[in-house]
Amino acid sequence: MAILLSNDTRVVVQGITGRDGSFHAKKMREYGTKVVAGVTPGKGGQSVDGIPVFNSVFEAVKKEGANTSIIFVPAKFAKDAIYESIDAGIKLIVVITEGIPAQDMAEIMDYISGKDTRIIGPNCPGVIAPEIAKVGIMPGHIFKKGPIGVVSRSGTLTYEVVHHLTVSNLGQSTAIGIGGDPIIGTRFIDILELFEKDPETEGIVLIGEIGGTDEEDAAEFIKKNISKPVVAFIAGRTAPPEKRMGHAGAIIEGGKGTAESKIKALNSANVSVASLPSEVAELMKQRLKT
Amino acid sequence: MKLLEYQGRILFKNYGIPVKEGDVAKSPEEAYEIHKRLNKKVVIKAQVPVGGRGKAGGIKLSEKPEETKELAEKILSLTIKSYPVKKVLVAEAAEIKKEMYISLTLDRRTGKVLLMAIKEGGIEVEEIAKERPEAIYTDYIPILRGLSPYQIRNVSEFLFDGEKDLKKEFSGILLKMWKLFRECDANLVEINPLAVCEDGKLWAIDSKIILDDNASFRYPECVPDRDMDYENLKEFEAKEHGLSYVKLEGKVGCCVNGAGLAMATMDTLKKFGGEPANFLDIGGSSSPEKVKAAMRILLSDKNVKSVFFNIFGGITRCDDVANGMVSAFQELKPELPIVVRLTGTNEEEGRKILEQSGLKIYPAKSMDEGAKLAVQFAEKT
Repeated sequence: MAILLSNDTRVVVQGITGRDGSFHAKKMREYGTKVVAGVTPGKGGQSVDGIPVFNSVFEAVKKEGANTSIIFVPAKFAKDAIYESIDAGIKLIVVITEGIPAQDMAEIMDYISGKDTRIIGPNCPGVIAPEIAKVGIMPGHIFKKGPIGVVSRSGTLTYEVVHHLTVSNLGQSTAIGIGGDPIIGTRFIDILELFEKDPETEGIVLIGEIGGTDEEDAAEFIKKNISKPVVAFIAGRTAPPEKRMGHAGAIIEGGKGTAESKIKALNSANVSVASLPSEVAELMKQRLKT
Repeated sequence: MKLLEYQGRILFKNYGIPVKEGDVAKSPEEAYEIHKRLNKKVVIKAQVPVGGRGKAGGIKLSEKPEETKELAEKILSLTIKSYPVKKVLVAEAAEIKKEMYISLTLDRRTGKVLLMAIKEGGIEVEEIAKERPEAIYTDYIPILRGLSPYQIRNVSEFLFDGEKDLKKEFSGILLKMWKLFRECDANLVEINPLAVCEDGKLWAIDSKIILDDNASFRYPECVPDRDMDYENLKEFEAKEHGLSYVKLEGKVGCCVNGAGLAMATMDTLKKFGGEPANFLDIGGSSSPEKVKAAMRILLSDKNVKSVFFNIFGGITRCDDVANGMVSAFQELKPELPIVVRLTGTNEEEGRKILEQSGLKIYPAKSMDEGAKLAVQFAEKT
């Protein structure tokens, strides 16, 4: 068992005829994901590597039984694409697109409150459950099935940490990139809760960065609700204040969102915080022993 | 995009939020002319994108145009928190009877718009939040529904008790702030202070506005252009190439794909005794052109003594990065030691390209090894 994905996951790729959409549709399928449909308005009837393309998500749901979507649609049009997925009854929506206006995401979060739709991202690498499915853009070969749940605000930094986990023989139950934007669909605490309930997950790796207070919230949550060992890495100890570090959400504003504050909060929740990405795997090994 | 005060005033005016007459000047002479035109006591304010201007001597009152000229000259020679003052605002001085704080922020935790009000103005809201959080009135506005009349009534009551006219005036201002917030895709709209002046009316005495860069494609026309006087030109050039660059003070230049990994690379350099010269994220789908542009920006920083390329290929293909490096080397002929770590998608192809190019680079197997090597080189020279 993994979280979020299962053998019943049937994926529709929104924006499948674009450069990234078509490339990753293929990569996901090669990984073993059931990519059952693509959507590009106006290009219905075509196919991309044998994957049927529809004009709407509604059709993809009706004809191919899609229940999960992954969005590569350009930022300007992403809000509409997400709304369409929600209205078509998709339960898990993974938004890869970078550069979506924050107020668009705020509107979407407002719209789905009370609904059972889950959004991952935007501006994220997606979700992978090794040997089950990949709904994302991460290089599949660095992952390996195992007992560690990984949740991260970053893409390539996740790969770096996972690479170390894998070579240390600590495979992953599920790895989720929740995205680097200020307003995101799923936060650390949501994933922590799922990992706590997942019998296959024995330890949790949390990869955070400067900006916002999600790591501090996670620390509070861990104190109260998490019994499994948690190891963290926080990027941006050397980041200057008031400067956006690549991710829209990675900024220290008015003294808030520093790495120090996050590390302190996590330490107080008995989370082991690594000072280098390469130390995460070793710390996790120690925590699993005790 | 963080607007300067004078730019924020332009938006306030456009949305009908009252601001005192005034204009922006780039020289003492212009400041003199503005004062002459206003023909009243003025305040001269340094235009910089940071707080603490008053303490730094960047805000002065003046009775006469000649005095304004002199003061403007002084202020224009200041550097406030590393920002040289390039412009001053010259505006009618307000006689403040009572001041307060009001802001709208997009709240990351809830995804709602956070309304904050304080019965004092001109204060640092962060300090109040720390010391006397109970002094801050807060309310959350669901973004799709918007600001509801009852919410306006409640905050008006908090700020003005029974003062009917002021409450009415304030309600109008708050609605206009909301409109501005939504239409211009703001992350923050703050009036600090909002003041009752000698005429008994409310005026926005300062403006602080941050707009969402991701929404620039749909800013309304009234949004002023970026003030290039205050842009770091290299950071701006990087942005034009789809790169994200922040200059720092150290000696090790770094070029990384992905923001999180780029920050972690900086942290790792520091851990091994070095100082990063920059943050540089070449982004997801990196074309050889992007790598070339990145290299140009790195090499133009004279502090840089060694360069560390740290690439973990996901969407980014290592062969693309390698090709970009080869053509950048041929064009720029760097003489600095360059350490390269390539892992992930098409890493074999990438390494082969670099080997066959005969370029003088130092390969590293891991991020730690690469960082150590780059720090050693930087410290040696």
